Order: sequence, then C-alpha cells, then structure tokens
Amino acid sequence: MKVGEPEEFIIDGKRLDGRAPDELRPIKIEAGVLERADGSCYLEWGGNKVLAACYGPREIHPKHEARSDRAALRTYYRMAPFSVNDRKRPGPDRRSVELSKVIRNTLESVVFLHLFPMTAIDVYIEVLQAQAGTRCAGITAASVAIADAGIPMKELIPSCASGKIDGKVVVDLFDTEDNYGEADVPVAIIPRTGEIALLQMDGNLTQEEFEEALNLAVKGCKDVYEKQKEALMKRYGGE
Amino acid sequence: MEDIIPEIKREYIMSLLEQGKRIDDRGFDDYRDISIETDFIEKAEGSARVKFGKTQIIVGVKLTLGAPFSDMPNSGVLTTNVELVPIASPSFELGPPGEDSVEIARVVDRVIRESDCIDIGKLCMKEGEKVWIVFVDIHVLDYGGNLFDAAALGSIAALMTTTFPAVDENGTVDYKTKTDEKLPVIGKPVEVTFVKLGDYILVDPCLDEEEVLSARLTIGYNSNGNVVAMQKGGSGTFTQKEIVELVNRGREKAEELRTFLE
Repeated sequence: MKVGEPEEFIIDGKRLDGRAPDELRPIKIEAGVLERADGSCYLEWGGNKVLAACYGPREIHPKHEARSDRAALRTYYRMAPFSVNDRKRPGPDRRSVELSKVIRNTLESVVFLHLFPMTAIDVYIEVLQAQAGTRCAGITAASVAIADAGIPMKELIPSCASGKIDGKVVVDLFDTEDNYGEADVPVAIIPRTGEIALLQMDGNLTQEEFEEALNLAVKGCKDVYEKQKEALMKRYGGE
Repeated sequence: MEDIIPEIKREYIMSLLEQGKRIDDRGFDDYRDISIETDFIEKAEGSARVKFGKTQIIVGVKLTLGAPFSDMPNSGVLTTNVELVPIASPSFELGPPGEDSVEIARVVDRVIRESDCIDIGKLCMKEGEKVWIVFVDIHVLDYGGNLFDAAALGSIAALMTTTFPAVDENGTVDYKTKTDEKLPVIGKPVEVTFVKLGDYILVDPCLDEEEVLSARLTIGYNSNGNVVAMQKGGSGTFTQKEIVELVNRGREKAEELRTFLE
C-alpha cells in the first residue's frame, strides 16, 4: 500500500468526489480564447485546466521536417511547473515526449494533412493545472483548437479515460483514484464511425473488465463530443 | 523519396496480403524465429541477447543502491531505458533519446511494473533511505521491426537471470563479487504487437510491414493472461470489435512467447 492511500474508493455507490461510477467530472469548453493563435481552446475538466493552441498551416522549420505529400503535424504536450503538487521541472520529460507522440498519432487520424504539403501544423497543449486525465483533456482541447483554426478535418476527436478502483470499473478517474487505482485506460474515438484513435492502458484487467472499461470510455468520449460541438456552435453562431 | 518508396512497397505488401501471404512468407499469426541467449554480458548483473528474425537486441540489467521514492519508502525502483544505437539502422542517429526510444522504453517499463513481476518490496535495505534500483538498459543492435516485443521479452529474460552483487560492511556495492541471490522475479509478463495494414491485422511486424502500417497495437499480459499494458500507435484506427478480438488473439500468442522464458 502506498503512503496516503484511502481505505475505500467507493462508499455507498458514490466515489470519493461524490460521482457515480459512470459519471464524468463537469466539463467546460471554450473555443477561440487566444488572440495570436490561428485556433485555440480552453478546457476545464474537473480540476484540470488545459489550454490548446494551433498554428498553421505555416512555413516549416527546420526544412528537413517538410513532407512532400502532406503537412507535418507537430504536437507538444507540456505541463506547467505549477500544475501539480510537487513543482514539475520545466522542459520535456519522458512522459511528455511519449504523450506528445501518441497525441500526434491520434490527431493525424482525422486532420486532412495531404491538403497542405510542405507545411507545418503545430499544436501546443499547455496543462495549467492537472487533476488526472490531462492527455484526454489535451486531445479534446487540441481538436477544438484545430477546428477553430479552420483546418479541414474528418471529425472532432473526443477523448476520455476509464479505469478500475476497488475492483470496479469506473469512468474518468480523478487524481486520488488515478494514483492509487488498479488500472487506467485512456481512449479517443472518431465519433461518427466509432473507430478507436487512441488506446493506452496500464494496470491489471481481465478480458471482461477490459471490455467493460473500453465501453465506458467510449461512452464517455461521446458525452465529451457533445461538449466540443457546443463550444464550436457557441463561437461560430449555431443559433 | 521517403514518401515514394513506402508507397510502392505498400502496394506490393497489400497485393500479397490479398493472396493470404506475408512478405517474409509467414502466416498472419506467426512470430518470426526467436532465440534468447542469457548471461551474455558478464559485467552486468543480468543480461540477455534476443533475436526476432532480423531484429537483434541486447538487454543489460545493473543494480545500484539509492534512495526510494517518498511515496513508496519500502520499495525498490525500476528504471527502463532504450537506446536506438546508430549501428542498428541508417535512420537511427546519435544524441539524446528520441520519441521512438522513449515510447518503447515506457511501454516495456509499463509491462514490467504493472505486472508486479519484480517483487519490489524485497528490494529495501533501509526504509526511506536505501533500496535497490534496477536499471534495465535495452540496446537495439539490428532493427528489423517489432522492437516492442523483443525488448520486453529480452528484459524479462535478463531480469530472470539477474543476481545481486555483494555489499560490504560499509554498505558499498562490490560489483566484482557476485552472490547467488537472485533478483526476486515472480512473474513472466510478455508483450504482443499487432499491426494493421488495410483491413488485415498481423502479429510481429517485420521492418517492411512496420514501414507501411496504418496502426499498431501492443498488448502486455501478465502470467495469468490479464492485460497489464496497452499502447496503440500509428495514425490509423482500430474498430472497438477489432481491439476486443485482438486482446483475445494476443493472449494465445503471449503463451507461446512465454515458453521462451523457461
């Protein structure tokens, strides 16, 4: 048992923050929040506060990264030093290098990169405050920022994680659950087709538990998708 | 050029797949020939040299004494690192680890850690002050595809052969004197990697297949067949049904890989 681990995570059917097992934390998404960026998005997801910005398509530097048949999508996931309890040293660490790569792969599945050969599309994700689930929050915000930049894409990509605590599969872990939980399964989907664009997992799950976790995360993604659409409708006048 | 050659290769590989064939004449669910040679590096506390077809990897385990993490004062520490050394491929360059090597290292780390295959509770010398730190260093020597599975298998093989060095009365490690005491390795987790090309899904991609893949899925299993790690890669996608099927399909392959650890 780790230091500070709660004895129980689910009491009378409620989680430590009062949520039901299949309930997401509150999500607030706003598109177009920065002046200079071509597209941007601010997202609050429970205690997570994430800002995403998109620049491009623009001239690519260094030149050797240019691709003759498509734009180079470059993603940078970063955590602010003050975003966590123990100050995070600024600059890239191994976790953010890995996350930047999987986030890029996820976004590449929907952005029409072949329309802009020899250019760069840069997407920056700044985690200002972290309460677990920041990669999912980052992907969700990044895809709204790319849409806000007017870059053609197949579909928005929502992302949401599920996990296991006290032997029970639940959606959208917050930090206490994430630190001491038994599994974490971040997922991102292309809502129209249901295809899985991001899937990672760590922990310990049987086949049945995994299938349940995947179902819950996909369901969570669909709820997140509605919030993404609302944010864009609000900015670009749906009514 | 880098965009044109894979396109031609893709068409060729796809035309073979339509006839039910792979570019190196394997079945869709076949691993390449695998061999493991342990205790290859005498100076390391544990080591293994692994071949998966044309892929060759060497894993060395070193043990040092150091401070534990503050939230786990009784537990040893695991550190996994992958070096894509330039001798292994024309596309590998010198310098700090790039995103590919970081990703492989973190996925291998995940399968070792989450399967609890090292009994880290037994690595404590003095609570909160001194514990064993296990360094798993993975050197890729020849890159022929599927580094994830080879690195994971080699790491477990090396950990299973790891013995503690002697510690003198001052608490200093004497690396020249080895003890018979083995690192407490209590499970045999393995990783199984699938790639998707068009609608075909193949296990253990060779280099040609890896260069043209649309999506990749690596699944880590513990000795009970439970899933302990997953990593999807590539800009393509899987359907939910495909993923659920792959988790089952991979479990059988995991059993097969585990026989190499006996």
